[in-house]
Amino acid sequence: MSIISVNDLVVSFGSGSDFKQVVKNVAFDVEPGETFGLVGESGCGKSTVLGALAGRIKGWSGSISIDGEAVGPKRSRSQLAKQQMVFQDPFGSLHPRHTIGRTLLEPLEIHGFDQRQERVERVLRDVGLPPGFRHRFPHQLSGGQRQRVAIARALILNPGILLLDEPTSALDVSIQAEILNLLKDLRERDKLTYVLVSHDMAVIAHLCNRVAVMLDGQFVEVASREQLLRGSVQHPYTRTLLDGSRGYVPPPKLAS
Amino acid sequence: MATRYFNDLHNWLINEEFSSLRQARLHKAYVLWLNLIANPLALAGFLVVLALVLIATLAPLLANHDPILQDLTMALKPPSPINWFGTDEFGRDVYSRLVYGARTTLYISVLVTVIVAPIGFAIGATAGYLGGWVDVVLMRITDIFLSFPSLVLALAFSAALGPGIENAVIAIALTVWPPIARLARAETLTFRAADFVVAAELQGAGMGRILFRHIVPLCAPSIIIRLTLNMSSVILTAAGLGFLGLGAQPPMPEWGAMAASGRQYLLDAWWLTTVPGIAILLVSLAFNLLGDGLRDIMDPRNA
Repeated sequence: MSIISVNDLVVSFGSGSDFKQVVKNVAFDVEPGETFGLVGESGCGKSTVLGALAGRIKGWSGSISIDGEAVGPKRSRSQLAKQQMVFQDPFGSLHPRHTIGRTLLEPLEIHGFDQRQERVERVLRDVGLPPGFRHRFPHQLSGGQRQRVAIARALILNPGILLLDEPTSALDVSIQAEILNLLKDLRERDKLTYVLVSHDMAVIAHLCNRVAVMLDGQFVEVASREQLLRGSVQHPYTRTLLDGSRGYVPPPKLAS
Repeated sequence: MATRYFNDLHNWLINEEFSSLRQARLHKAYVLWLNLIANPLALAGFLVVLALVLIATLAPLLANHDPILQDLTMALKPPSPINWFGTDEFGRDVYSRLVYGARTTLYISVLVTVIVAPIGFAIGATAGYLGGWVDVVLMRITDIFLSFPSLVLALAFSAALGPGIENAVIAIALTVWPPIARLARAETLTFRAADFVVAAELQGAGMGRILFRHIVPLCAPSIIIRLTLNMSSVILTAAGLGFLGLGAQPPMPEWGAMAASGRQYLLDAWWLTTVPGIAILLVSLAFNLLGDGLRDIMDPRNA
């Protein structure tokens, strides 16, 4: 039984001459514990699909069901708590004037959880930060530490699903690996399901079981991790992306 | 011993490895204070405002005459050791009236600020957060208020409401909120789509929580600065209304009204207009300097 099931998802913005269909008839299922990747160039609609799943984007049609329950554009609190989002920019995703503790307490207050201090300490430990960070402000933290806090905030409501919007693209290369490994460990431990948006094939290959390649609002191919590693993909666009991820490969030397 | 204690306190306050929420808050206030005393003009403004507050609270102790007791035999006496700033046309002591007048000035400016800040914020932030037709309606109402010269609008309102200090406060408040609402709207728009606001929405935070817990702390510095800078125009408008006879009513001591009544005796008794005039000047200047200083200190865009 899939934990996420999306059918005929259409997202459009604007009206009249500005009307633009950003996501066109997208359908996919994600199994529990799976990591599903969405890859494609900027503006292909991958973040929009994630936004519709998160409840951030309201103007969509089609059907989305999460954890066996069909959801509409407007979500109830308990529906919102089933999936949480981690944003791309760790500098913009934390309130600059709230301490880390306050940022983590807020979702607990909204949802009326008990044992709040204990939960905050536990989630900080889970993401590898000392409990003393509770009293710090975001400007006292590095980018990687902030991203850990953002992951902690997403986890504190015990969601089954994390929606990751390019979670490492704003970080240093050395920090990227740390965060990816943290996400991997958390997934094993808590049996989390991830939907990961990225334009980095290496990140996708590191985390995802399956990946959907998006082009101009449509899925052109859904490939498995093995297919990606073997390079046995069907669509030419997927091949272009794979080649691009290898970086600069010098052309074979011409015979002189 | 005492220096040692202050050193320890300083180190505890300046240390960024907070061990409690209280320390984090005190640290912020302490850093603000250190920045303030490093800025001589802002500090001067702050000290004058502090002096105004002290004079207003301690008025009965500082005044050496009854501010409303008339003694026609003592009318229009020049400054002397008994009447430090002379006497007015009814023989009342100008110094004592000045000291009690500080209360009126502070009363008006504080009350206007307390009324205006939440109203301006609520209207501006609601317009900015909701957008659409709510924004259009609220901002056009704001524009209507903005399109009148503030003194004329205040005059019209206090003439309609009747003379008196409470009505003057209402009239001034009606002219001061629109710029605050515009500012709150602009600030809200810049944070409206920020990731941390979206994150709060995705966690189920309602509009009230987002406005008051997320937007307020971010708008507060610029609104406080704006209100401090506005303080001088509030004082000038209050003095202007008093001067025109629509603010504080006699015999209540009010600086604008004092300057107005002294006008008739300007050539014989210069102190009647000069002394309250200088007081108004000093206090408005002090609020402006303090506001400028706060902008340098608090506004992240100037850091």
